[in-house]
Amino acid sequence: MITRRTRRKVTNFVMFTLTGVCTLVAVAVLFFILGYLLWQGGHALNWNFFTKLPVPVGETGGGFANAILGTAKLLLLAAVIGIPIGFLGGVYLAEFGGTTTSFIVRYTTDLLNGVPSIVIGIFAYAVVVVPMGHYSTFAGGIALGVMMIPVTVRSTEEFLRAVPNTLREGALALGATKWKSVATVVVPAALPGITTGILLALARVAGETAPLIFTAFGNAFWSPGWNQPTESLPYMIWKYATGPYEDWHQQAWAAGLVLLSLVLATNIAARFILRRQVGTNRG
Amino acid sequence: MKRIIPIVVLTLLCISCADNERTSAAAPPGPADQVLITSAGASFPYPIYSKWFDQYHRMFPQININYQSIGSGGGIRQVMEGTVDFGASDGPMTDDQLKQAKIKILHFPTVLGAVVPVYNIPGVTQEINFTPEVLAGIFLGKITKWSDPELKKANPAVNLPDKNIVVIHRSDGSGTTYVWVDYLSKISPEWKSKVGVNTSVNWPVGLGGKNNEGVAGLVKQTPNSLGYVELIYAIQNKMSYGKVRNSEGTFVKADLASVTAAAAATVKTMPADFRVSITNSPGKDAYPISSFTWLLIPSKIQDQTKKKVIKDFLQWMLTDGQNMVEALSYAKLPKEVVAMEQKALASIE
Amino acid sequence: MDSPSTVAGRMGARSRARAFRQRLQHGDQIAHLITLIFAATIIVITALLFYELYTSAAPTREKFGWRFLTGTTWDPVALDFGALPFIYGTLVTSALALIIGVPLGVGAAIFLAELAPLRLSAGLAFIIELLAAVPSVIYGLLAIFTLVPFLREYVTPLLGEIAGFIPLFQGVSYGVSLLAGGSILAIMILPFIISISREVLLAVPRDQREASLALGATRWETAWNVVVPYAKAGIIGSIFLALARALGETMAVTMVIGNDPRINLSLFAPGYSIAAVIANEFSEATSGIHISALIELGFVLFCITIVVNAAARLLILTTRRKALGA
Repeated sequence: MITRRTRRKVTNFVMFTLTGVCTLVAVAVLFFILGYLLWQGGHALNWNFFTKLPVPVGETGGGFANAILGTAKLLLLAAVIGIPIGFLGGVYLAEFGGTTTSFIVRYTTDLLNGVPSIVIGIFAYAVVVVPMGHYSTFAGGIALGVMMIPVTVRSTEEFLRAVPNTLREGALALGATKWKSVATVVVPAALPGITTGILLALARVAGETAPLIFTAFGNAFWSPGWNQPTESLPYMIWKYATGPYEDWHQQAWAAGLVLLSLVLATNIAARFILRRQVGTNRG
Repeated sequence: MKRIIPIVVLTLLCISCADNERTSAAAPPGPADQVLITSAGASFPYPIYSKWFDQYHRMFPQININYQSIGSGGGIRQVMEGTVDFGASDGPMTDDQLKQAKIKILHFPTVLGAVVPVYNIPGVTQEINFTPEVLAGIFLGKITKWSDPELKKANPAVNLPDKNIVVIHRSDGSGTTYVWVDYLSKISPEWKSKVGVNTSVNWPVGLGGKNNEGVAGLVKQTPNSLGYVELIYAIQNKMSYGKVRNSEGTFVKADLASVTAAAAATVKTMPADFRVSITNSPGKDAYPISSFTWLLIPSKIQDQTKKKVIKDFLQWMLTDGQNMVEALSYAKLPKEVVAMEQKALASIE
Repeated sequence: MDSPSTVAGRMGARSRARAFRQRLQHGDQIAHLITLIFAATIIVITALLFYELYTSAAPTREKFGWRFLTGTTWDPVALDFGALPFIYGTLVTSALALIIGVPLGVGAAIFLAELAPLRLSAGLAFIIELLAAVPSVIYGLLAIFTLVPFLREYVTPLLGEIAGFIPLFQGVSYGVSLLAGGSILAIMILPFIISISREVLLAVPRDQREASLALGATRWETAWNVVVPYAKAGIIGSIFLALARALGETMAVTMVIGNDPRINLSLFAPGYSIAAVIANEFSEATSGIHISALIELGFVLFCITIVVNAAARLLILTTRRKALGA
C-alpha cells in the first residue's frame, strides 16, 4: 500500500525534477545561442574587429570599432537617465508613497513597459531629434534610458518591499531618520535584488535596435561627442545580418558575441563592485 | 555606494578618452574642416553606396558622407522634412510627395538593379520560365499549384510537382516590392485595380518575410515556395531564379547585360526629371523587372560647402563611380543617361 | 530670516531640540520630495508619450473612427486600415508566451531558489540573465534557422495528430506562424521571470521555511505551499514585466510570425502583431494617413496595455482582499 508519506516523497522528487528540467531548458537555450554565435562568428573576431571602422563589401580588414564605442556611450547615457529615475522612483513607491500617488506611478510604469521599442523610438524622434534638427547619440541614449525605467522601478520596489520590517524598525529605534534608515539599512539589504533589476534593464536595452533607428541613426565613421549620429552594435547586427553577403553575416554573429560579452563584463563588474552578499534565508 | 562614484567617473573618463583619441586619429592634419553629410534611404543599393562613400572618404579624408539604409520610404520622408542632406529611393517620388516637399527634390539615377523570382522546388533543378500572366496569377492567389497548366505550358520540359505554391512576399515596405508590383500592375489590369502599386501593399496571399534576406531565408527553407528578391541576394545566396518573359516575348534571365538593355531601351523617352519606370520595357534582350535607383537631391542647398561636396560627388559617381558597380552585381547607367544627368547637375543651386 | 540654528541658539535647550527635530523632518521631507519628483518624472514621460501618440494618430481617428478597431483590411495602397488582425495576433502570441513561459520560468526559479546549491544557483541565474541581453534580431535569426523548421517538421504534425480536433491545431503549417511567434516570445521573457522570481523567493525569510519543515512538510511542499505564496506579489510582478515585454516585442516576432494580416483560429497559421507591423512599415510609409494609422496602432497597443494592467491589478486586489478577509 502506498502510504501518504511515500506519495508526498515521490511528489517531492518528481516536482523538483520537473523544475530542474525547466531550468535546464532555460540554460540550454542560452548555451545554444552562445554556441551558435561562437561557431558562426568566432573566426570573424580578430584585433581589427575591435579597432577598425567598417569597410565596404568585398574588402577585408574592417571592424566594428565605432559600433562598440557607440554602444558603450549609448548605454552609459541610458544608465545615467534610467537608473536614477528608476531607482528613486522605486524607493518612492516602497518607502514614501501615499496610496493614490503610488498606484498611479506603478500603473504608468507598467504602461511604459508595454510600449513597443519602435514606438519609443518614434517618440524620442518627435521629442528630441526634431527639435534638435538632427540625429544624435543623445537622442538614442534618451530612448534607451526611458526603456530602462520600468524594469528598474519594478525591481527596486519589489526588493525594497521584501526587506523585513524588523530591519526598518530597528534602524528607526536606534534613532535614524526615515531617509537615513532607508539609505543605510534598507537599500543595502535589498541591493542584490536591485542590482539584478538594473543589470537586467541594462542588458535588455543593450540589445535593442528599433529605438535607435530614428534617434542614433547610425554612422559609418567615428562619432565624436554626444551630438552626432552614432553607430551601435545591435544596429550593425541588424544591418549585416539582413545583408546579402556571407561575410557580413559572420560579422553580425561576431558582433552579437561581442555585445553579449560586453553585457557579461558589465554584469560581472557590477556584482564584484557591490560584493553581493549571498542570501542566507534558505534552510 | 562609495565605490560606485569613482568607478563611474573612471568609466566616463575612459570612454571620453577613447572618443577623443579616435576623432583625432581619424582627422588628419588637413586644411579643411570635417564635412559631415547625412543621407538615408533605399537598402537595395546600400552595398554600392557604402563602397562609394568609403572610397570618396579615402580620396578626401575630410568628407564624411554617412548613409543609412532605412528604406526608400524613409529616405523620401527624411529628405522631404529636411532631416537629411539627401535621400535615396528605389521608387521615384510621386507627384503628391513632390508637392508636399518644402523644396523641389531632384532625382538622380545611380545604378540599375533587378528583382527576380526565386523558388525552391525539391527535385527540380532546371530553370523555370515565368510568363507575366503566371506571375500575376500566382501572386493574386489564382494559380495555386506548380502543376497549373499555365506553368506547364511555359515549361514543357520540367517535371513540376502537383504541390501548392507557397507565396512569399515582403512584410516590410520596400523599394524591391515597389518594383515588383509596378511590373505586375503593368502586365495585369486585375492586379492594378485590386492591389495597386506602393512600397507596402495588401497582398492577396502569402507569407511575409522581413527584408530581402528574410524572403530569401524563407524561400530556402520552405519547400515549393516562390518569392522575389533583388538579384544580388539571389546570387549571393546561390538560389534558383527563373526567367521572365519580356514585352517582346523572349524569356530573359536577369543579369547585368539584360538589365542595362532594359534601361537602354527607355533612353529615348527619358523624362527630364529622370522619374521613369523601366519595368516591362521594350527591347528583345531586356529583363522586364528592372529598375533605376535614385538619389534624391534638394534643388536648393543652403550650405555652400555641402553643396559643392554633393555636386562633386555626383560628378564622380557618374564617371569613376560607375566603374565600381559591376563588381557588386549592379548594372551601369547607360551613357546617354549619364550625359543627361551631368547636364542636370547644374540645376542644383 | 535667521537659520534655525541661530534662532535655537537664542532660544534655549528645549527649542534647540525642537529645531533639531524640525531639521530631521526636513531631511525626511526632502528625501520624500526628491523621490517624488523622480517618480513623477515617470508619469510625465508616459503622459507625454500618450499625448504624442494621441495627436499623431488624429488623422486616422478622423477618417475611420471606431471602425479602425473592427476593420480587418490593411491596405496601404487604397489607404484602408483596420486594426483587428493585429490586435488578435498580439493578444494570441502574448497569451501563448505566458502559457509556455510562466510555468517554465516559475518552475526554474523555484528550482534555483529552493533546491540548487547556492553557488550553482547563483551561477546559473547569472547565465540566464544574459539571455535578456541577446539582441532581438539574433533571437529572430536563430529562430528562423532553428525554431521554425523544428516546429514545421516535428511539433506541428505531432500536435495536429494529437489535438487536431481542436480548431487551434488545425491546418498546414509552414513553420512561420502564431505558434512560432508565441514560442520565441516565451523564450525571450524567461530571463525576466526567472531572475526576478528567484530573487524574490530567496528573500523569503528563513523562519518561514524552517517552520514549515519543522512541521514535517517535504521541501517541495514547503516551497509550493509556503515560500511561493509568500513571494506571490513579486512573482506576479515579474510576470507583468514579462507580459509587457511580450506585448511590445518587435524584431524577433516579425521574423517568425509570417506577417499575414489575417485572422486565423489555428495557431499554425501565420499572423501579424501590432509591434511587428509598425516596425515593418514605419520607415517606408510616406502617405500621412499611413503613418498616422501606424501610430494609431501604437496607441491601440498602449490602450490594450492599460486594460490588461487594470484587469490584472483588479485580480490582485481581489485575491489580496480574500486572503486578508479569510
